[in-house]
Amino acid sequence: MSKTIVSLMNVEKWYGENHVVKNMNINIAEGEFLTLLGPSGCGKTTTLRMISGFELPSTGMIKVQGESVEKKEPYQRDVNTVFQNYALFSNMNVYDNVAYGLKVKKVPKAEIKERVTEMLKLVQLEGFGKRKITQMSGGQKQRVAIARALINRPKVLLLDEPLGALDLKLRKQMQIELKRLQKKLGITFVYVTHDQEEALTMSDRIAVINEGVLEQVDTPINIYQKPKTKFVAGFIGESNIMDAIVLQKESGKAVVGMEVGRGTVADADDKLAVNDPVAISVRPENMLFSKTPVEGFSLKGIVKEHIYVGNIVKMMITLNDGTEIRVNRFRSEDLAAVGTLLYLYWDLDKGVVIKEKSLVNTDSVRDIEGGNADDEDE
Amino acid sequence: MTKTNDLAVKVASKPKKRKDKRSFKSWLASAVMCGPITIWSVLFIILPILLLAFMSFMTKGPLGRVVYKFTLDNYKEIFKPVYFTVIKQSVIIATWTTVLTVLMGYPLAAFIANVKKKTSGVLTVLLMLPLWVSGLVILYSFVIMLNKTGVINTVLMNLHIIDKPLNMLYNNFAVIVGMLYMFLPFAVLPMYSSIEKLDKGLIEASKDLGAGPVKTFFKVTLPLTAPGIFAAVILTFIPCIGYYMVTDMLGGGTNMMVGNLIHRQFTISRNWPFGAALAMVLAVVIFIMLFVYTKLGGDLDDLGA
Amino acid sequence: MDKRTVKKKAVKGISRFYAILLYIFFYAPVAVMIAFSFNDSRANVVWQGFTTKWYVKLFHDTELWMVFGKTLLVAVLTTLIGVVVGTLGAVGFMNAKFKGKKLIMNSIYFPIVIPEIVLAIATLLVFNQGGISLSMGTIIIGNTTLVLPYVYITIKARLVGMDPSIEEASLDLGANRFYTFMHVTLPGIMPGVMSGAFMAFSLALDDLIITSFLANAETSTLPMKVYSMIKKGVSPEINALTTIIFSFSVVALMIYFIKEFINNFRIARRRANSM
Repeated sequence: MSKTIVSLMNVEKWYGENHVVKNMNINIAEGEFLTLLGPSGCGKTTTLRMISGFELPSTGMIKVQGESVEKKEPYQRDVNTVFQNYALFSNMNVYDNVAYGLKVKKVPKAEIKERVTEMLKLVQLEGFGKRKITQMSGGQKQRVAIARALINRPKVLLLDEPLGALDLKLRKQMQIELKRLQKKLGITFVYVTHDQEEALTMSDRIAVINEGVLEQVDTPINIYQKPKTKFVAGFIGESNIMDAIVLQKESGKAVVGMEVGRGTVADADDKLAVNDPVAISVRPENMLFSKTPVEGFSLKGIVKEHIYVGNIVKMMITLNDGTEIRVNRFRSEDLAAVGTLLYLYWDLDKGVVIKEKSLVNTDSVRDIEGGNADDEDE
Repeated sequence: MTKTNDLAVKVASKPKKRKDKRSFKSWLASAVMCGPITIWSVLFIILPILLLAFMSFMTKGPLGRVVYKFTLDNYKEIFKPVYFTVIKQSVIIATWTTVLTVLMGYPLAAFIANVKKKTSGVLTVLLMLPLWVSGLVILYSFVIMLNKTGVINTVLMNLHIIDKPLNMLYNNFAVIVGMLYMFLPFAVLPMYSSIEKLDKGLIEASKDLGAGPVKTFFKVTLPLTAPGIFAAVILTFIPCIGYYMVTDMLGGGTNMMVGNLIHRQFTISRNWPFGAALAMVLAVVIFIMLFVYTKLGGDLDDLGA
Repeated sequence: MDKRTVKKKAVKGISRFYAILLYIFFYAPVAVMIAFSFNDSRANVVWQGFTTKWYVKLFHDTELWMVFGKTLLVAVLTTLIGVVVGTLGAVGFMNAKFKGKKLIMNSIYFPIVIPEIVLAIATLLVFNQGGISLSMGTIIIGNTTLVLPYVYITIKARLVGMDPSIEEASLDLGANRFYTFMHVTLPGIMPGVMSGAFMAFSLALDDLIITSFLANAETSTLPMKVYSMIKKGVSPEINALTTIIFSFSVVALMIYFIKEFINNFRIARRRANSM
């Protein structure tokens, strides 16, 4: 792994009685595009604001380039932020907005001009310098905000839901542009969003946060395919999550029992033991079905309805105890007719096992979890 | 492993460390900004009122001196017939002024709220503009207008509408006209802002549901603009009781407001404790009204806009 | 359908007529004041014919100018202190947290709602009990207390409409808090500061109650002088002076409106061009 540029160590944040960030440990690598992903109010923005210096952690330490930044004011930190609502200075034109950071630092005028022009070119706003902010469209404002934040050549760029106010089409376009910009400049991006699709598209790594707790930090593929917690499995994409207990252990696999039947999952490292409480997560596209029973599985259900969602078709299957299972296919021919009795199963490695330990909601367990995760990183 | 465990215990056992941390510099900046207004408010708003309360319980000494001995006499004195008539009189005048101000001001506020945005801006400015003229000079203009040989009487007589000049000056009529002039603009503004904030969709919804314009007004518009009306009442009633210039200039000798009475205690009669007690009564009434106003969901900011 | 439009039109017409009537009520005394500044009579009650002699007399009345100068000085200093304290306070209170903040914030509104005479005697008591003799300074302090809430409220209204993250953006870009205040916050709330100052100045210029309670025997301001004249009849000179003051404020307002108009025109034209 490359050099760490930002690290959060045991960071906690309280607002009065509210515990908004709980024992956060993340190492952000140089040149990385890291996304903090979670539902609104999960503490991701607070985490970002602690890095930028607008909030101080209640306990714990934040290091930028190996140096603790606690004593540094926001204006003394080598990080810059792109704000949610652009936060442009409406009393200045585009040029003065972008030049602001340099003017503050009393950079010579000629150099300011050169760098601002270069920066406007970078964000494709050449010739817009004299425009007033009120004359710019949403997408253009966003580019100004990015140019303004990049002019100081920060080591890390923090982006707080920067595309939140744009419409879907423009948003998709800006996602690609931002990613390209990040690659080109090689700057570390720390990006906050609640949009999982956006996070999957842009990030090198995603940190999933829920209720102030860092659930998992991993590459988009791993986050999607190997969620470590029930929350991650449910929040990123769709998933069928079933509580279960390990009934039998064989080499490389395990039989798990759910309330309505049993199934088999892969256990390559033989980490599971009989009686372990677990949750099984199976993506709708990985859920298989058959008209006849499948060895190792005993999940029966009846097809309730088909739902057409553009390019995919969803089939809702109700199990005996009322649990709804979703199955996605690309063609309706691949589905079974409504009313059919089906046996459900999955490829062993597609049944993701989530250990129940990480579902218990006590701080002490969290701390151990966090510590472990940290160890694995290093 | 043990280390993280220790930390877990430490975190769990220290739940009290929940103070929002701020940097010293941000604290300093905040102190520099909030300091002056806080000091000002303590020294020149809160302290004066406390002193006023204190003074209202002191004893009147000879030759207008204050004897620092606790007494309730000042408050008892308020109920003496001489003073009580003044209070009754000023409450009557203030009530009339308030009722008329709201009744006359509300339609105007509604009118201003319903014209084009630019026009309403101009109209509010025009509303405030006469306040730039000294209130005393304005009141004197009323003397000129309402006089027996004044503008209005002259015009009416020349038009042969009346053959004897009307007695319009130095009575309750003149006082209420003067009061209306002084307080109407201040009362229109909060009513205007609450009408303007009103969601037009609600009125349409009400009409859509079959309510006529009258019913819509009483069931929807009026309750929703109540904070604005209440603000207007606050901005009229109490200041009116305390405002002594109008009665002084337009009222006859018998038209006295509590304001005149207080003024007198600090000038001619030199009875500070009694004056303070009268002022305290006004202050307490206004505090109660403000409390009700905020409880009704009113915004204090609307009082000064 | 037709009946309804007729009804609507009638309502509109009536309300417009009503509004005009009220505005006539508001401006009638102003018109009388201006008219009588040109009245050729000492008593100022009956119209005697046109003259400009009061204006001429006014320009030679050094005593009146002295009084006016003092009034102006009080108003200017009051406005200055009120605007500085009020602006800092409104900005500071936006994100400050301290014990008793609510009490302080609410107390700022008192001078608006309590009768002025109550504020006047209460303030007088502070100086009296503190052994501070009355002077120009005490007048300015009293007037500042009176105007402070107006400044505070108008600026607060601006701040509420302002995105708080623009200040953070400035800090983030390397500006310290003072630079941020001067270059970002202040320009953003400038309209509020200006209208607060406008209000403060007009209140202080016209204040009689607080001023007369907090003034010593030697100090006299214009409203006090007018008040002392009332019983004998106000000299048309005062009308002339007030007319001049009023004209100044009208002109200032016109300039503001014309500027605004030109600005809007410019924006509209530029928008049309960029289409």
